[in-house]
Amino acid sequence: MIRFDRVSKRYASGREALSGVSFEIAAGEMVFLTGRSGAGKSSVLRLIALLQHPSRGQVQVLGKDLSKLPQSHIPAFRRQLGMVFQDHRLLIDRSVFDNVALPLVVAHTPLADLDKRVRAALDQVGLLDRIQARPLELSVGEQQRVGIARAIVGRPPLLVADEPTGNLDPQLSREIMALFGRLRDAGATVVVASHDMALVRESGLRQIQLVDGRLADGGVAP
Amino acid sequence: MSGWLARHLQALLFALGRLVRAPWATGFTVAVIAIALTLPAGFALLVESASRVSDQAATAIDLSVYFKLETPLPEVQQRAAQLRTRPEVSTVQVITAEQALRQLQQDSGLAAALAALGDNPLPQVISLRPSASASGPAAIDALRRELAAWPQVEVVQVDGDWTRRLTAILALLRRLALTVGGLLALGVVAVVGNIIRLEIHSRRAEIDITQLVGGSPAFIRRPFLYTGALYGGLGAVLAMLLLTFGSLLLATPVSQLAVSYGSHFALAAPGWREFAALLAAGVLLGLTGAWIAASRQLAALHPRFES
Ligand SMILES: Nc1ncnc2c1ncn2[C@@H]1O[C@H](COP(=O)(O)OP(=O)(O)OP(=O)(O)O)[C@@H](O)[C@H]1O
Ligand SMILES: [Mg+2]
Repeated sequence: MIRFDRVSKRYASGREALSGVSFEIAAGEMVFLTGRSGAGKSSVLRLIALLQHPSRGQVQVLGKDLSKLPQSHIPAFRRQLGMVFQDHRLLIDRSVFDNVALPLVVAHTPLADLDKRVRAALDQVGLLDRIQARPLELSVGEQQRVGIARAIVGRPPLLVADEPTGNLDPQLSREIMALFGRLRDAGATVVVASHDMALVRESGLRQIQLVDGRLADGGVAP
Repeated sequence: MSGWLARHLQALLFALGRLVRAPWATGFTVAVIAIALTLPAGFALLVESASRVSDQAATAIDLSVYFKLETPLPEVQQRAAQLRTRPEVSTVQVITAEQALRQLQQDSGLAAALAALGDNPLPQVISLRPSASASGPAAIDALRRELAAWPQVEVVQVDGDWTRRLTAILALLRRLALTVGGLLALGVVAVVGNIIRLEIHSRRAEIDITQLVGGSPAFIRRPFLYTGALYGGLGAVLAMLLLTFGSLLLATPVSQLAVSYGSHFALAAPGWREFAALLAAGVLLGLTGAWIAASRQLAALHPRFES
């Protein structure tokens, strides 16, 4: 499903955020990407979502070598991928409904389905009662959950979440993780970047640990 | 198919909603476009009205042959009979000096003054109309020269000369209208293009996010194209109102002026055909401007991911 082969990423500033990172994530697997702030977690997720290209090495996602994916195929590729952004990335002048509906709208989902699925997604993150609110009328944690609802509403085969519980209380964090678990059980592959070590340990899931842009010794820890 | 229709309808309504929510900005832009469309369209309308008159007049070129004052009438009538036998002449009419004087007395109300002159100051005249096949400029000119060379003839006047000049002027004006219209069309494209460029800038975050969730370039471009088309369409509607209003305002004074010159010239009011053409032009120009701006701008944008 996802395969990194000696991937390095050097930014224009000259900073090498990732150095020779290799790992694999199987289809239907749910894993954590861990590491301290600045370790390179978001950089890995950006490479998976084709928001940037590696400086060296090869990234394969959903069976495709991303360096060989033509520009015109990128929108279709992104529609197969639900992404929760660390900074939420909501449209501040649209309602919660419109924000969550966006992936369905760009995928030309019929209107009848659209309403039902947006409501279902919002229900799963506990925000059905805020459906007409604007993002700025929401707490940061609520905004984060809108971002999560938007990532799951299209039922993508691959879910990539960057600190999805960073602004949530422990109770809500566990509920979101349980939600991701159910998506995994339904067949999705789930990658979660987090530095909430308590949550990671509690989940008992495999973690890919980054230290200063490299895999921690052994690379993959249980 | 119905999904396709719904998507386009949605994009159209969305674009319309945006325009309505910024009435002042929209109004100014639409006004600029309307003026740019009104000028060449009004010009064209004027040229069309004038050319209708010149078309009517073009078939009615008359030659007036003025004889020297001392020429006796029988001589003139003999010349007229001679002319009637020629194939390139369709009608020939002798206007005697007496007839002309009587006519002048009736028309001018200067009867007393003319009577006081004693001698009739007017010449005998043959008025002739060439047949349709001999109405070309070269044929008319040849005929005029021939008649002018007759010893009794003082002067030959081609009454249709002004129509030929008018036709030439109209051809020039038509070309001018096309040139001005072309330039102003480019102006509309530039105005709409610039508006769309700014709009894309101000909606950068939205475009980014739409790209991040997999919106295709066509999907992202669509509302901007509708915005451009709407600007052009609304500009055309306003231009049409301006033209109708302008032609109503000018119709009476223009026809009064025309009547004073003995002409039936009437300003053509814009009709449905003109409206359809204007609307098509407006929409097309708006669409073109939006397309250029959207293609250039969106190609330059790539989604960024900042955390
Ligand atoms: N666009 C960029 N240009 C230059 N350097 C960058 C850029 N993005 C990230 N970096 C650097 O790359 C390194 C890894 O950044 P990254 O965002 O992947 O870390 P992270 O593990 O997600 O951290 P956090 O937990 O704080 O989100 C950091 O040192 C960061 O400063
Ligand atoms: Mg990060």
